[in-house]
Order: sequence, then structure tokens, then C-alpha cells
Amino acid sequence: MTPRRRIVAALLWLGGWLPAAAQTDGATRRSGFDAMSASLQAMQRDDAQNPGMLSVADGEALWRGAPAPGGRACADCHGDARQSLRGVAARYPDWDAIDRRPVNLAQRINLCRTRNQAAPAWPPESPELLSLEAYVAHQSRGLPLQPSAKPELAPARAQGRELFAQRFGQLNLACALCHDALAGRRLAGNPIPQGHVNGYPTYRLEWQALGSLRRRIRNCMTGVRAEPFAEGSAEMAALELYLAQRSAGLLVETPAVRP
Amino acid sequence: MARTRIQVPATARRDEVVEIRTLIAHTMETGYRAGSDGRTLPRDILRRFSCRYNGELVFSAELYPAIAANPYLAFSLRVDASGSLSFTWEGDNGFAQTESATITVT
Repeated sequence: MTPRRRIVAALLWLGGWLPAAAQTDGATRRSGFDAMSASLQAMQRDDAQNPGMLSVADGEALWRGAPAPGGRACADCHGDARQSLRGVAARYPDWDAIDRRPVNLAQRINLCRTRNQAAPAWPPESPELLSLEAYVAHQSRGLPLQPSAKPELAPARAQGRELFAQRFGQLNLACALCHDALAGRRLAGNPIPQGHVNGYPTYRLEWQALGSLRRRIRNCMTGVRAEPFAEGSAEMAALELYLAQRSAGLLVETPAVRP
Repeated sequence: MARTRIQVPATARRDEVVEIRTLIAHTMETGYRAGSDGRTLPRDILRRFSCRYNGELVFSAELYPAIAANPYLAFSLRVDASGSLSFTWEGDNGFAQTESATITVT
């Protein structure tokens, strides 16, 4: 068997085996950081080495600069991000009262651009959007994730919980099968993390770049040969909401480094 | 201009060995990968890094396609006089960037 065949066979075998659901509760939550090698942990911990900090620095420049000459910069309204945005990213995704839908941090940044700065929205995964998102999220580094408890978010969060447990794709796997039941064990030699969302946008060595949680979810979904949820879809928003709830209490690590 | 992060201690004692750390934003495109249209992406890497201390070359490195994006280079330097350090990265497509830092030796 080729290595790839072997992985698929292993996944199919896992898919046929339904272990007792071992939900990751508050006491057993582990950041993916804990499963990394010492050298990779050092790379994340040391701001001089962490390549994500290059994007954070780019984001700071975008924060201070006006999107167009004569326009308003983020800093003109929000002031010093180190104070005004401390802890903000830790409660996202949040409810947008105008559009009446949940929005993640990247969507909030784009809404702020179109509503208040008369600037076009940045495309998803564009370097500018990722940099500014990283800069904003970085202001919450070291604070525990505290998802918004607004009642409007409850239905979407419940939907996200269902999606997390739902099997999909040609391999017919659910997120929960690996990230709840088999977390801490190994898949093709790699540790299976609990799949927490406390470090996004994250610098992944596999990507050689910073990427968003949406990109990571798409990665996982194409891995089980499912059609990924579309950018900006209700399913993606629901899953993001549930994942934030599932990671509540873990400390924000943005920009995290992952293998 | 690529974003860089350079760490040089502001002060050091004479003949002390200090650690200099540099990081630069660069894709380090290998020239072997296919793009989304299936065509090979042209190579775009940094080829050389050098550090000069008061004009004297004290460290240099050749970089190759296997080196990861956003190269991080750290090295040790024995300092004997106050002055400036200049860091130069050169690469494909005429890439050239120089940054500088100062160190006070007491």
C-alpha cells in the first residue's frame, strides 16, 4: 500500500469505530501548543523568531494608516489598540446587530471598513486582512477565550455543535471522531490535537504563511474529502461559534505557530 | 520593502559575545511548486545575507531554495567598539534590502 492509501485505510477504520464520546471539558482542554516539539514551542514563544510577528507588525501599520488619503484610520476612532482592543478578540465571533448575524473578527474588520472608513472590504485570506486580524487578536494574547454569551448567538452555536458531530465527506468522518475521541493519539505519526481555536490567525509551517481559522477548517474538510463550507456561509459561522465555545478558557496565543 | 525584525542589544561590554537575531518577511518561493493554474511558479528566493560591523564583514550566509519562508538567522558576535551594524539581504528579481542598528560598547 502507498502511504496515502494506508492513511485512508486507517481513517476508514476509525470511521467504523465509534468510541464513547469523550468531550473535552474545561479540565482536560489542551492547547495544540502542548503537543508541539520544544523547538517549535520556542519559535512561538520568542517574538524575535515567530514569523507571525511580521504580520502583526504589518497589521499595526495598517491600524495607524488611513485606508485612503484624508480618510480615517482605525486608530483615529479606536485609539491605542493595546488598551482599546485588549480582550476584544477573545469574545469573537460576536453578534452584529445591524446585519443580525454572527460575525467573526475578519468580517468585523471588513464591516468597519465598509461602514466607517468608506473603503472596500478586503478579500478573505488577503495579507492585509490577515495582518490586521493578527494585530487585533494579538492584543488579547494571554487572556482566556471568553465567547460572547449573547442569546442571539445560541441557535447558530447549537447548529455548530451538530455540525461538529456530523459525519461528512467520502471518508464519512465527523470532527468529533478525531478531535474529541482520539485527541492525544496519533494519525500517520502526527499527534491529533484537540483542535482548539486559541491561536488564530496562525502561522503554519505547512502553509509557510499566516492563515485564518476558515482556511484551517477547509483544510480539514478537504482532508476527509468533503466539500468545504463556503467563505461567509452560515455553516462556517456556526462551526466557528461552537469551536470558540469549545475552546473557552484557553489563553489566546495569536500569532500561534503550528506544524 | 520587506518587513524585518532585528534584535541587537543596545549596550554591551567590551569584548562581550552578543547574539544578533534577524527575521525577514520573504516567500522563498522554491521554483519547484505548481501554482493553482498548474504552471510552475518562478523561483523567488533570497540568495545571500551579510552583516557588516563598522564596515567590516562579520557574518554572511548563502541561502538556497530549501530554506523556509521568512528566514530567521541568528549568530554570535564579539563586540570591541561602539558603532553600527548593517544587515543586507539580496535575492532574485533584484531584491536588495539593507537595515541598520547601533550598539554602544562600554
